[in-house]
Amino acid sequence: MTTDLPEEVARMVGVRQYRQTGPLVVDVTTIRNACASVENGNPLYWDEQLATELAGSPVAPQAMVSAWTRPFHWTPDPSEPSLPLQVHFDLKEALGFPEAIMSSDELVFHEPVRVGDRLTSTQVLLSVSEEKTTAVGRGRFWNIAVEYRNQDDLLCCREVIAGFGYRRAA
Amino acid sequence: MAARGLLEVGSTLPPLRHEVTVTSVVLGALASRDWRPMHHDPGFARERNGVPDIFLNTPHQALWIERYLTDWFGPLARIGRLRFRMSRPVFPGEEMTIGATVTGVDTGQAGVAWVEVEIEVRAAGELSTAGTARIAIPAAEGDNPWSLTGDDWKP
Repeated sequence: MTTDLPEEVARMVGVRQYRQTGPLVVDVTTIRNACASVENGNPLYWDEQLATELAGSPVAPQAMVSAWTRPFHWTPDPSEPSLPLQVHFDLKEALGFPEAIMSSDELVFHEPVRVGDRLTSTQVLLSVSEEKTTAVGRGRFWNIAVEYRNQDDLLCCREVIAGFGYRRAA
Repeated sequence: MAARGLLEVGSTLPPLRHEVTVTSVVLGALASRDWRPMHHDPGFARERNGVPDIFLNTPHQALWIERYLTDWFGPLARIGRLRFRMSRPVFPGEEMTIGATVTGVDTGQAGVAWVEVEIEVRAAGELSTAGTARIAIPAAEGDNPWSLTGDDWKP
């Protein structure tokens, strides 16, 4: 990792932040909406009896894990979080990058996410690169680890997301 | 589940093709509860991100890959690990093709076979996303990867 970081960014590295319990209880309707978006006919998500036989109870598609802790686009309570992956947006702000995109994702799955679960996520900044020039502009890559745990504090997934914050080329 | 003879290292899984539309991009963004405008607002995508159109979001790509893998390996398949790098956005109007090659089959653990695959997502013929996955499938009749817990689950 680079050493030319502003102090406020350097202080973020390795610190677990933003413990957020998702606004949604895991439910069949949201699961099937996600399945419909990719035309996923896996009976595990459409046949509750089969899901119970195979997995012990209805479960969610594994790649849906981040959906369960993303905030609503709007709520009447202004104190509610409004952005997912807040560390990503903190870095954009602190490093002065107007734009950012995601460049890679790693998901390691543990306990299945089950209908009726409510997940809580936390975020840790792992690293920030030196400035680099890419096709979209000049900026920095960063890696953020997100842990998703269920209401029994069992780890469901550990995700490492790489983002790239940048200024567009003139 | 896939025929066991097709699970040799080097074998390729049949590709999945999908014509990406504005609807499919927006459906995926909403279904994954990703409200960022570059996944539903073409003006934002062009003016702020400097790309020609809205594009598939990261969790939606993961959902497509999961669907591709479990289509092939069946409902008993349970993904342990999925890693992918996105080098080019996937835009409406492009044909997306997902393919995979088996790179490893580990039958050393009782009750489960761990299959490793390399994944490629191509859009409009260009490599868009490349990654790997590690998937647990039954090693024998009666095995069920979903029943593995604690130290027996080794993703």
